[in-house]
Amino acid sequence: MGAQTKAQIMDKEGIRRALFRIAHEIIERNQGVEELTLVGIRRRGVPLARRLQAIIREIEQAEVPLGILDITLYRDDLTTRMDQPLVRSTEVPFPLRGKKVVLVDDVLYTGRTVRAALDALMDLGRPQCIQLAVLVDRGHRELPIRADYVGKNVPTARREIISVRLEETDGEDAVVIEQLEPDAEVS
Amino acid sequence: MLLGTRDILSLREMSRDDMALILDTAESLREIIYRPIKKVPTLRGKTVVTFFHEASTRTRTSFELAAKYMSADTVSLSASTSALVKGESLKDTALTLEAMGSDCIIMRHGVSGSCHYLARMVDAPVINAGDGMHEHPTQGLLDMFTIRRHKGSLEGLRVVLVGDSLHSRVARSNIWGLSKFGAEVSLAGPATLLPEGMGAIGVKSFARVEDALPGADVVMVLRLQRERQGKGLLPSLREYARLYCINGRRLALAKPDALLMHPGPMNRGIEIGTDVADGPQSLITEQVTNGVAVRMAILYLLLGGASE
Repeated sequence: MGAQTKAQIMDKEGIRRALFRIAHEIIERNQGVEELTLVGIRRRGVPLARRLQAIIREIEQAEVPLGILDITLYRDDLTTRMDQPLVRSTEVPFPLRGKKVVLVDDVLYTGRTVRAALDALMDLGRPQCIQLAVLVDRGHRELPIRADYVGKNVPTARREIISVRLEETDGEDAVVIEQLEPDAEVS
Repeated sequence: MLLGTRDILSLREMSRDDMALILDTAESLREIIYRPIKKVPTLRGKTVVTFFHEASTRTRTSFELAAKYMSADTVSLSASTSALVKGESLKDTALTLEAMGSDCIIMRHGVSGSCHYLARMVDAPVINAGDGMHEHPTQGLLDMFTIRRHKGSLEGLRVVLVGDSLHSRVARSNIWGLSKFGAEVSLAGPATLLPEGMGAIGVKSFARVEDALPGADVVMVLRLQRERQGKGLLPSLREYARLYCINGRRLALAKPDALLMHPGPMNRGIEIGTDVADGPQSLITEQVTNGVAVRMAILYLLLGGASE
Protein backbone atom coordinates (compact mmCIF):
# COMPACT_ATOMS: atom_id res chain seq x y z
CA MET A 1 0.00 0.00 0.00
CA GLY A 2 1.55 3.30 -1.07
CA ALA A 3 1.26 6.12 1.46
CA GLN A 4 3.26 9.20 2.33
CA THR A 5 3.47 11.08 5.61
CA LYS A 6 1.53 14.36 5.62
CA ALA A 7 1.82 15.62 9.17
CA GLN A 8 2.75 14.59 12.68
CA ILE A 9 -0.14 15.20 15.06
CA MET A 10 1.29 13.85 18.32
CA ASP A 11 4.83 13.36 19.56
CA LYS A 12 6.20 11.42 22.52
CA GLU A 13 5.28 14.15 25.01
CA GLY A 14 1.83 14.61 23.47
CA ILE A 15 1.06 10.90 23.82
CA ARG A 16 2.34 10.89 27.41
CA ARG A 17 0.20 13.87 28.40
CA ALA A 18 -2.90 12.46 26.69
CA LEU A 19 -2.53 9.13 28.50
CA PHE A 20 -1.97 10.93 31.80
CA ARG A 21 -5.16 12.91 31.35
CA ILE A 22 -7.11 9.79 30.30
CA ALA A 23 -5.86 7.93 33.40
CA HIS A 24 -7.07 10.79 35.61
CA GLU A 25 -10.43 10.85 33.83
CA ILE A 26 -10.84 7.09 34.26
CA ILE A 27 -10.18 7.32 38.00
CA GLU A 28 -12.42 10.36 38.40
CA ARG A 29 -15.30 8.94 36.46
CA ASN A 30 -15.17 5.58 38.27
CA GLN A 31 -14.56 7.23 41.64
CA GLY A 32 -11.38 5.26 42.21
CA VAL A 33 -10.15 1.93 40.95
CA GLU A 34 -12.53 -0.45 42.69
CA GLU A 35 -13.65 -3.23 40.29
CA LEU A 36 -11.75 -1.43 37.52
CA THR A 37 -9.99 -3.48 34.81
CA LEU A 38 -8.18 -2.53 31.62
CA VAL A 39 -8.47 -4.62 28.46
CA GLY A 40 -6.23 -3.78 25.52
CA ILE A 41 -7.27 -4.70 21.99
CA ARG A 42 -4.46 -6.31 20.01
CA ARG A 43 -2.23 -5.02 18.80
CA ARG A 44 -1.49 -1.41 19.84
CA GLY A 45 -4.25 -1.25 22.43
CA VAL A 46 -2.14 -3.61 24.56
CA PRO A 47 0.89 -1.34 25.17
CA LEU A 48 -1.47 1.62 25.66
CA ALA A 49 -3.40 -0.33 28.31
CA ARG A 50 -0.10 -1.24 30.00
CA ARG A 51 0.91 2.42 30.11
CA LEU A 52 -2.47 3.42 31.57
CA GLN A 53 -2.04 0.68 34.16
CA ALA A 54 1.37 2.10 35.12
CA ILE A 55 0.06 5.68 35.36
CA ILE A 56 -2.90 4.59 37.50
CA ARG A 57 -0.48 2.68 39.74
CA GLU A 58 1.51 5.89 40.16
CA ILE A 59 -1.54 8.01 40.97
CA GLU A 60 -3.54 5.62 43.14
CA GLN A 61 -0.89 3.15 44.37
CA ALA A 62 -3.19 0.37 43.20
CA GLU A 63 -2.79 -2.42 40.65
CA VAL A 64 -5.56 -2.58 38.08
CA PRO A 65 -5.86 -6.01 36.36
CA LEU A 66 -4.97 -6.04 32.68
CA GLY A 67 -6.35 -8.27 29.94
CA ILE A 68 -5.55 -8.75 26.27
CA LEU A 69 -8.23 -9.21 23.65
CA ASP A 70 -7.77 -10.61 20.14
CA ILE A 71 -10.86 -9.83 18.10
CA THR A 72 -10.00 -11.83 14.97
CA LEU A 73 -12.63 -14.50 15.65
CA TYR A 74 -15.31 -11.82 15.97
CA ARG A 75 -14.55 -9.77 12.84
CA ASP A 76 -17.43 -9.10 10.48
CA ASP A 77 -15.22 -9.12 7.38
CA LEU A 78 -13.71 -12.60 7.70
CA THR A 79 -15.66 -13.95 4.78
CA THR A 80 -14.75 -11.04 2.49
CA ARG A 81 -11.06 -10.55 3.22
CA MET A 82 -8.68 -12.46 1.00
CA ASP A 83 -5.83 -12.24 3.49
CA GLN A 84 -6.97 -14.38 6.40
CA PRO A 85 -5.78 -12.76 9.61
CA LEU A 86 -3.63 -14.74 12.04
CA VAL A 87 -5.45 -15.53 15.28
CA ARG A 88 -3.54 -14.54 18.39
CA SER A 89 -4.42 -15.42 21.93
CA THR A 90 -6.92 -13.70 24.16
CA GLU A 91 -5.65 -13.44 27.73
CA VAL A 92 -8.17 -12.22 30.26
CA PRO A 93 -7.02 -14.08 33.38
CA PHE A 94 -9.73 -12.77 35.72
CA PRO A 95 -13.53 -13.08 35.79
CA LEU A 96 -15.29 -10.13 34.15
CA ARG A 97 -18.48 -10.53 36.11
CA GLY A 98 -19.28 -7.30 37.94
CA LYS A 99 -16.15 -5.52 36.68
CA LYS A 100 -15.91 -2.03 35.19
CA VAL A 101 -13.99 -2.70 32.00
CA VAL A 102 -12.09 0.01 30.16
CA LEU A 103 -11.46 -1.17 26.63
CA VAL A 104 -8.31 0.40 25.17
CA ASP A 105 -7.41 0.83 21.50
CA ASP A 106 -5.18 3.14 19.47
CA VAL A 107 -7.55 4.54 16.84
CA LEU A 108 -11.35 4.75 16.74
CA TYR A 109 -12.52 4.83 13.12
CA THR A 110 -15.52 2.90 11.76
CA GLY A 111 -16.33 1.36 15.14
CA ARG A 112 -16.27 -2.18 13.76
CA THR A 113 -13.29 -3.27 15.82
CA VAL A 114 -15.00 -2.02 18.97
CA ARG A 115 -18.21 -3.85 18.03
CA ALA A 116 -16.21 -7.07 17.67
CA ALA A 117 -14.43 -6.38 20.97
CA LEU A 118 -17.76 -5.85 22.77
CA ASP A 119 -19.02 -9.22 21.51
CA ALA A 120 -15.75 -10.90 22.49
CA LEU A 121 -15.95 -9.41 26.01
CA MET A 122 -19.58 -10.44 26.47
CA ASP A 123 -18.64 -14.03 25.63
CA LEU A 124 -16.12 -13.98 28.46
CA GLY A 125 -18.55 -12.82 31.13
CA ARG A 126 -20.98 -10.11 32.19
CA PRO A 127 -19.17 -6.94 33.24
CA GLN A 128 -20.95 -4.20 35.20
CA CYS A 129 -20.10 -1.72 32.44
CA ILE A 130 -17.72 -1.26 29.52
CA GLN A 131 -16.05 2.07 28.71
CA LEU A 132 -13.87 2.88 25.74
CA ALA A 133 -10.54 4.71 25.75
CA VAL A 134 -8.73 5.58 22.49
CA LEU A 135 -5.63 7.57 21.73
CA VAL A 136 -7.08 9.03 18.52
CA ASP A 137 -10.67 9.43 17.32
CA ARG A 138 -10.58 10.06 13.59
CA GLY A 139 -14.33 10.05 12.89
CA HIS A 140 -16.19 8.25 10.05
CA ARG A 141 -18.20 5.94 12.32
CA GLU A 142 -20.26 3.24 10.62
CA LEU A 143 -21.87 2.02 13.86
CA PRO A 144 -23.46 3.81 16.83
CA ILE A 145 -20.32 3.70 18.97
CA ARG A 146 -18.49 6.50 20.80
CA ALA A 147 -15.45 6.73 23.03
CA ASP A 148 -15.57 7.71 26.73
CA TYR A 149 -11.95 8.85 26.81
CA VAL A 150 -10.18 10.35 23.81
CA GLY A 151 -6.52 11.39 23.58
CA LYS A 152 -7.05 13.58 20.55
CA ASN A 153 -9.88 14.17 18.10
CA VAL A 154 -8.47 14.32 14.59
CA PRO A 155 -10.80 15.17 11.70
CA THR A 156 -9.64 13.13 8.72
CA ALA A 157 -10.57 12.31 5.16
CA ARG A 158 -11.16 8.65 4.29
CA ARG A 159 -8.15 8.74 1.98
CA GLU A 160 -5.92 9.48 4.94
CA ILE A 161 -4.40 6.94 7.29
CA ILE A 162 -3.74 7.55 10.97
CA SER A 163 -0.61 5.74 11.94
CA VAL A 164 0.01 5.28 15.65
CA ARG A 165 3.58 4.24 16.39
CA LEU A 166 4.51 3.10 19.85
CA GLU A 167 7.87 2.43 21.41
CA GLU A 168 6.86 -1.15 22.32
CA THR A 169 5.70 -2.17 18.84
CA ASP A 170 7.34 0.27 16.44
CA GLY A 171 10.40 1.65 18.24
CA GLU A 172 9.14 5.26 18.56
CA ASP A 173 6.23 7.24 20.00
CA ALA A 174 4.39 9.28 17.37
CA VAL A 175 1.02 9.71 15.69
CA VAL A 176 1.15 10.77 12.04
CA ILE A 177 -1.33 11.32 9.23
CA GLU A 178 -0.43 9.61 6.00
CA GLN A 179 -1.96 10.24 2.61
CA LEU A 180 -2.83 7.24 0.43
CA GLU A 181 -1.36 7.33 -3.08
CA PRO A 182 -4.03 8.36 -5.62
CA ASP A 183 -4.13 4.87 -7.17
CA ALA A 184 -4.47 3.02 -3.84
CA GLU A 185 -7.80 1.49 -2.95
CA VAL A 186 -9.72 3.01 -0.05
CA SER A 187 -10.61 0.35 2.49
CA MET B 1 -1.83 -15.83 6.58
CA LEU B 2 -3.25 -18.61 4.50
CA LEU B 3 -2.76 -22.33 4.38
CA GLY B 4 -1.00 -23.50 1.25
CA THR B 5 -3.48 -26.33 0.90
CA ARG B 6 -7.25 -26.66 0.47
CA ASP B 7 -7.50 -30.16 1.92
CA ILE B 8 -5.91 -31.81 4.93
CA LEU B 9 -5.02 -35.22 3.54
CA SER B 10 -1.61 -36.22 4.82
CA LEU B 11 1.35 -34.82 6.70
CA ARG B 12 3.66 -36.34 4.11
CA GLU B 13 2.33 -33.80 1.62
CA MET B 14 1.89 -30.90 4.03
CA SER B 15 4.55 -28.21 4.21
CA ARG B 16 6.31 -27.39 7.46
CA ASP B 17 4.97 -23.81 7.19
CA ASP B 18 1.38 -25.04 7.01
CA MET B 19 1.89 -27.32 9.99
CA ALA B 20 3.47 -24.49 11.99
CA LEU B 21 0.55 -22.19 11.14
CA ILE B 22 -1.94 -24.82 12.34
CA LEU B 23 -0.02 -25.39 15.60
CA ASP B 24 0.33 -21.64 16.30
CA THR B 25 -3.35 -21.02 15.60
CA ALA B 26 -4.32 -23.94 17.85
CA GLU B 27 -2.26 -22.38 20.63
CA SER B 28 -4.37 -19.20 20.35
CA LEU B 29 -7.69 -21.04 20.18
CA ARG B 30 -7.07 -23.52 23.01
CA GLU B 31 -8.24 -21.01 25.61
CA ILE B 32 -11.81 -21.15 24.24
CA ILE B 33 -12.20 -24.75 25.48
CA TYR B 34 -11.77 -23.51 29.05
CA ARG B 35 -14.28 -20.65 28.84
CA PRO B 36 -17.61 -20.84 30.65
CA ILE B 37 -19.29 -20.08 27.31
CA LYS B 38 -17.45 -22.24 24.80
CA LYS B 39 -18.45 -20.49 21.62
CA VAL B 40 -17.03 -17.95 19.20
CA PRO B 41 -19.05 -16.78 16.19
CA THR B 42 -16.30 -17.22 13.60
CA LEU B 43 -17.78 -20.01 11.44
CA ARG B 44 -21.43 -18.99 11.71
CA GLY B 45 -23.34 -20.17 8.69
CA LYS B 46 -20.80 -22.81 7.67
CA THR B 47 -21.77 -26.47 7.58
CA VAL B 48 -19.37 -29.28 8.31
CA VAL B 49 -20.16 -32.91 7.54
CA THR B 50 -18.50 -35.77 9.37
CA PHE B 51 -18.71 -38.89 7.27
CA PHE B 52 -17.34 -41.90 9.11
CA HIS B 53 -17.08 -45.39 7.67
CA GLU B 54 -15.32 -46.78 10.74
CA ALA B 55 -15.98 -46.67 14.44
CA SER B 56 -14.69 -43.64 16.33
CA THR B 57 -15.32 -41.99 19.67
CA ARG B 58 -12.76 -39.28 20.07
CA THR B 59 -11.97 -38.19 16.53
CA ARG B 60 -15.57 -37.71 15.51
CA THR B 61 -16.64 -36.06 18.76
CA SER B 62 -13.54 -33.91 18.69
CA PHE B 63 -14.28 -32.64 15.18
CA GLU B 64 -17.92 -32.01 16.00
CA LEU B 65 -17.14 -30.11 19.19
CA ALA B 66 -14.43 -28.12 17.41
CA ALA B 67 -16.96 -27.11 14.74
CA LYS B 68 -19.63 -26.27 17.31
CA TYR B 69 -17.25 -24.18 19.44
CA MET B 70 -16.58 -22.15 16.28
CA SER B 71 -20.37 -21.85 15.62
CA ALA B 72 -20.41 -24.04 12.50
CA ASP B 73 -23.34 -26.41 12.01
CA THR B 74 -22.49 -30.09 11.94
CA VAL B 75 -24.13 -33.04 10.26
CA SER B 76 -22.89 -36.50 10.96
CA LEU B 77 -23.32 -39.41 8.67
CA SER B 78 -22.36 -43.03 9.19
CA ALA B 79 -21.80 -45.45 6.38
CA SER B 80 -24.20 -47.94 7.95
CA THR B 81 -27.13 -45.49 8.05
CA SER B 82 -26.48 -43.75 4.71
CA ALA B 83 -27.57 -44.61 1.20
CA LEU B 84 -24.23 -46.41 0.81
CA VAL B 85 -26.04 -49.50 2.11
CA LYS B 86 -28.44 -49.13 -0.83
CA GLY B 87 -25.46 -49.34 -3.14
CA GLU B 88 -24.76 -45.65 -3.70
CA SER B 89 -21.14 -45.05 -4.57
CA LEU B 90 -18.82 -42.99 -2.37
CA LYS B 91 -18.55 -40.43 -5.13
CA ASP B 92 -22.32 -39.96 -5.47
CA THR B 93 -22.79 -39.71 -1.72
CA ALA B 94 -20.08 -37.04 -1.57
CA LEU B 95 -21.55 -35.08 -4.47
CA THR B 96 -24.95 -35.20 -2.76
CA LEU B 97 -23.48 -33.83 0.47
CA GLU B 98 -21.80 -31.07 -1.46
CA ALA B 99 -24.94 -30.24 -3.44
CA MET B 100 -26.74 -29.65 -0.14
CA GLY B 101 -24.23 -26.94 0.62
CA SER B 102 -21.76 -28.50 3.02
CA ASP B 103 -18.64 -26.38 3.27
CA CYS B 104 -16.28 -29.10 4.45
CA ILE B 105 -16.28 -32.89 4.47
CA ILE B 106 -14.43 -34.77 7.19
CA MET B 107 -14.08 -38.42 6.31
CA ARG B 108 -12.79 -41.59 7.90
CA HIS B 109 -12.61 -44.61 5.65
CA GLY B 110 -11.07 -48.06 5.80
CA VAL B 111 -9.39 -47.76 2.41
CA SER B 112 -6.07 -45.95 2.11
CA GLY B 113 -6.26 -43.05 -0.33
CA SER B 114 -10.05 -42.71 -0.18
CA CYS B 115 -9.82 -39.13 1.13
CA HIS B 116 -7.56 -38.18 -1.78
CA TYR B 117 -10.15 -39.67 -4.12
CA LEU B 118 -12.92 -37.69 -2.43
CA ALA B 119 -10.91 -34.46 -2.58
CA ARG B 120 -10.65 -34.81 -6.35
CA MET B 121 -14.42 -35.32 -6.63
CA VAL B 122 -15.67 -32.38 -4.60
CA ASP B 123 -14.86 -28.68 -4.45
CA ALA B 124 -15.36 -28.41 -0.68
CA PRO B 125 -12.26 -28.91 1.46
CA VAL B 126 -11.78 -32.52 2.60
CA ILE B 127 -10.19 -33.43 5.92
CA ASN B 128 -8.81 -36.92 6.37
CA ALA B 129 -9.91 -38.30 9.73
CA GLY B 130 -8.05 -41.56 9.11
CA ASP B 131 -7.82 -43.52 5.86
CA GLY B 132 -6.98 -47.21 6.10
CA MET B 133 -3.34 -47.84 6.95
CA HIS B 134 -2.26 -44.57 5.36
CA GLU B 135 -2.50 -41.46 7.55
CA HIS B 136 -4.40 -39.70 10.33
CA PRO B 137 -3.03 -36.18 9.88
CA THR B 138 -5.05 -34.39 12.56
CA GLN B 139 -3.90 -36.95 15.15
CA GLY B 140 -0.31 -36.38 14.07
CA LEU B 141 -0.76 -32.62 14.43
CA LEU B 142 -2.37 -32.88 17.87
CA ASP B 143 0.47 -35.13 19.05
CA MET B 144 3.04 -32.64 17.74
CA PHE B 145 1.09 -29.82 19.40
CA THR B 146 1.05 -31.66 22.74
CA ILE B 147 4.78 -32.40 22.61
CA ARG B 148 5.58 -28.81 21.62
CA ARG B 149 3.58 -27.42 24.53
CA HIS B 150 5.63 -29.46 26.99
CA LYS B 151 9.07 -29.39 25.36
CA GLY B 152 8.94 -25.94 23.74
CA SER B 153 10.09 -27.22 20.36
CA LEU B 154 10.27 -30.46 18.39
CA GLU B 155 13.79 -29.92 17.07
CA GLY B 156 16.21 -32.67 18.11
CA LEU B 157 13.73 -34.52 20.35
CA ARG B 158 13.99 -38.31 20.50
CA VAL B 159 10.54 -39.80 19.96
CA VAL B 160 9.98 -43.57 20.20
CA LEU B 161 6.82 -45.10 18.75
CA VAL B 162 6.11 -48.45 20.36
CA GLY B 163 3.90 -51.14 18.87
CA ASP B 164 2.19 -51.89 15.59
CA SER B 165 3.57 -49.14 13.37
CA LEU B 166 3.04 -51.28 10.27
CA HIS B 167 -0.75 -50.89 10.37
CA SER B 168 -0.84 -47.58 12.21
CA ARG B 169 -1.95 -44.46 10.36
CA VAL B 170 -1.22 -42.52 13.55
CA ALA B 171 2.40 -43.68 13.38
CA ARG B 172 2.74 -42.70 9.74
CA SER B 173 1.41 -39.19 10.28
CA ASN B 174 3.63 -38.70 13.31
CA ILE B 175 6.71 -39.95 11.47
CA TRP B 176 6.22 -37.47 8.62
CA GLY B 177 5.20 -34.55 10.79
CA LEU B 178 7.82 -34.94 13.51
CA SER B 179 10.63 -35.55 11.00
CA LYS B 180 9.81 -32.33 9.17
CA PHE B 181 10.37 -30.45 12.45
CA GLY B 182 13.72 -32.09 13.09
CA ALA B 183 12.69 -34.68 15.69
CA GLU B 184 14.46 -38.03 15.65
CA VAL B 185 11.83 -40.76 15.37
CA SER B 186 12.44 -44.43 16.07
CA LEU B 187 10.10 -47.41 16.04
CA ALA B 188 10.02 -50.35 18.44
CA GLY B 189 7.90 -53.48 18.10
CA PRO B 190 7.82 -57.06 16.89
CA ALA B 191 9.65 -57.40 13.57
CA THR B 192 6.39 -58.56 11.93
CA LEU B 193 4.73 -55.24 12.85
CA LEU B 194 7.54 -52.90 11.77
CA PRO B 195 7.32 -51.31 8.32
CA GLU B 196 10.26 -51.85 5.96
CA GLY B 197 12.46 -49.24 4.40
CA MET B 198 12.18 -46.74 7.25
CA GLY B 199 15.98 -46.31 7.40
CA ALA B 200 15.78 -44.46 4.08
CA ILE B 201 13.91 -41.58 5.74
CA GLY B 202 16.13 -41.61 8.82
CA VAL B 203 13.84 -43.63 11.11
CA LYS B 204 15.49 -46.39 13.15
CA SER B 205 13.67 -49.61 14.00
CA PHE B 206 14.19 -51.79 17.06
CA ALA B 207 12.78 -55.28 17.66
CA ARG B 208 13.59 -54.99 21.39
CA VAL B 209 11.81 -52.11 23.05
CA GLU B 210 14.53 -51.93 25.73
CA ASP B 211 17.05 -50.95 23.03
CA ALA B 212 14.89 -48.09 21.76
CA LEU B 213 13.90 -46.39 25.01
CA PRO B 214 17.17 -45.08 26.54
CA GLY B 215 17.44 -41.32 25.96
CA ALA B 216 13.85 -40.96 24.73
CA ASP B 217 12.11 -37.60 25.30
CA VAL B 218 8.73 -38.95 24.22
CA VAL B 219 7.32 -42.47 24.35
CA MET B 220 4.31 -42.80 22.11
CA VAL B 221 2.47 -46.09 22.59
CA LEU B 222 0.39 -47.26 19.64
CA ARG B 223 -2.83 -49.20 20.00
CA LEU B 224 -2.41 -52.90 19.34
CA GLN B 225 -5.02 -53.43 16.67
CA ARG B 226 -6.65 -56.62 17.84
CA GLU B 227 -8.39 -56.93 14.51
CA ARG B 228 -4.92 -57.71 13.05
CA GLN B 229 -4.41 -60.61 15.38
CA GLY B 230 -4.97 -64.04 13.89
CA LYS B 231 -3.19 -63.08 10.70
CA GLY B 232 -0.04 -64.75 11.93
CA LEU B 233 1.65 -61.49 12.84
CA LEU B 234 1.37 -61.92 16.61
CA PRO B 235 1.86 -65.10 18.59
CA SER B 236 -0.52 -64.03 21.38
CA LEU B 237 -1.65 -60.93 23.24
CA ARG B 238 -0.03 -62.27 26.39
CA GLU B 239 3.32 -62.65 24.74
CA TYR B 240 3.03 -59.19 23.19
CA ALA B 241 2.24 -57.70 26.58
CA ARG B 242 5.19 -59.49 28.19
CA LEU B 243 7.67 -58.19 25.60
CA TYR B 244 6.33 -54.78 24.63
CA CYS B 245 3.87 -53.46 27.19
CA ILE B 246 5.04 -50.00 28.36
CA ASN B 247 4.91 -50.27 32.13
CA GLY B 248 6.71 -48.42 34.90
CA ARG B 249 9.85 -50.54 34.55
CA ARG B 250 10.19 -49.91 30.81
CA LEU B 251 9.22 -46.22 30.98
CA ALA B 252 12.02 -45.75 33.51
CA LEU B 253 14.51 -46.55 30.72
CA ALA B 254 13.56 -43.30 28.94
CA LYS B 255 14.64 -39.88 30.22
CA PRO B 256 13.25 -39.06 33.67
CA ASP B 257 11.11 -36.25 32.20
CA ALA B 258 9.96 -38.29 29.19
CA LEU B 259 6.37 -37.74 28.08
CA LEU B 260 4.04 -40.72 27.71
CA MET B 261 1.42 -40.56 24.99
CA HIS B 262 -1.23 -42.84 23.49
CA PRO B 263 -3.69 -41.90 20.72
CA GLY B 264 -6.43 -44.04 22.24
CA PRO B 265 -8.42 -46.18 22.56
CA MET B 266 -6.13 -47.94 25.03
CA ASN B 267 -5.87 -51.66 25.66
CA ARG B 268 -4.78 -51.44 29.27
CA GLY B 269 -2.50 -54.26 30.30
CA ILE B 270 -1.66 -55.11 26.70
CA GLU B 271 0.30 -52.25 25.11
CA ILE B 272 0.27 -49.92 28.11
CA GLY B 273 0.33 -50.53 31.87
CA THR B 274 -2.36 -48.93 33.99
CA ASP B 275 0.30 -47.69 36.42
CA VAL B 276 1.86 -45.41 33.80
CA ALA B 277 -1.29 -44.63 31.79
CA ASP B 278 -2.66 -42.81 34.82
CA GLY B 279 0.77 -41.71 36.06
CA PRO B 280 2.40 -38.28 36.21
CA GLN B 281 4.20 -38.61 32.86
CA SER B 282 1.01 -39.45 30.97
CA LEU B 283 -0.45 -36.81 28.63
CA ILE B 284 -3.21 -39.05 27.35
CA THR B 285 -6.17 -36.95 28.45
CA GLU B 286 -4.42 -33.72 27.50
CA GLN B 287 -3.99 -35.15 23.98
CA VAL B 288 -7.78 -35.34 23.76
CA THR B 289 -8.22 -31.70 24.81
CA ASN B 290 -5.50 -30.55 22.44
CA GLY B 291 -7.19 -32.47 19.63
CA VAL B 292 -10.17 -30.12 19.86
CA ALA B 293 -7.90 -27.05 19.69
CA VAL B 294 -5.98 -28.37 16.67
CA ARG B 295 -9.21 -29.20 14.83
CA MET B 296 -10.63 -25.76 15.62
CA ALA B 297 -7.49 -24.28 14.08
CA ILE B 298 -7.81 -26.42 10.96
CA LEU B 299 -11.49 -25.52 10.51
CA TYR B 300 -10.74 -21.83 11.00
CA LEU B 301 -7.87 -21.90 8.52
CA LEU B 302 -9.88 -23.84 5.91
CA LEU B 303 -13.25 -22.13 6.30
CA GLY B 304 -12.64 -18.83 8.10
CA GLY B 305 -11.29 -16.79 5.20
CA ALA B 306 -12.83 -15.57 2.00
CA SER B 307 -14.10 -18.14 -0.46
CA GLU B 308 -12.82 -17.54 -3.97
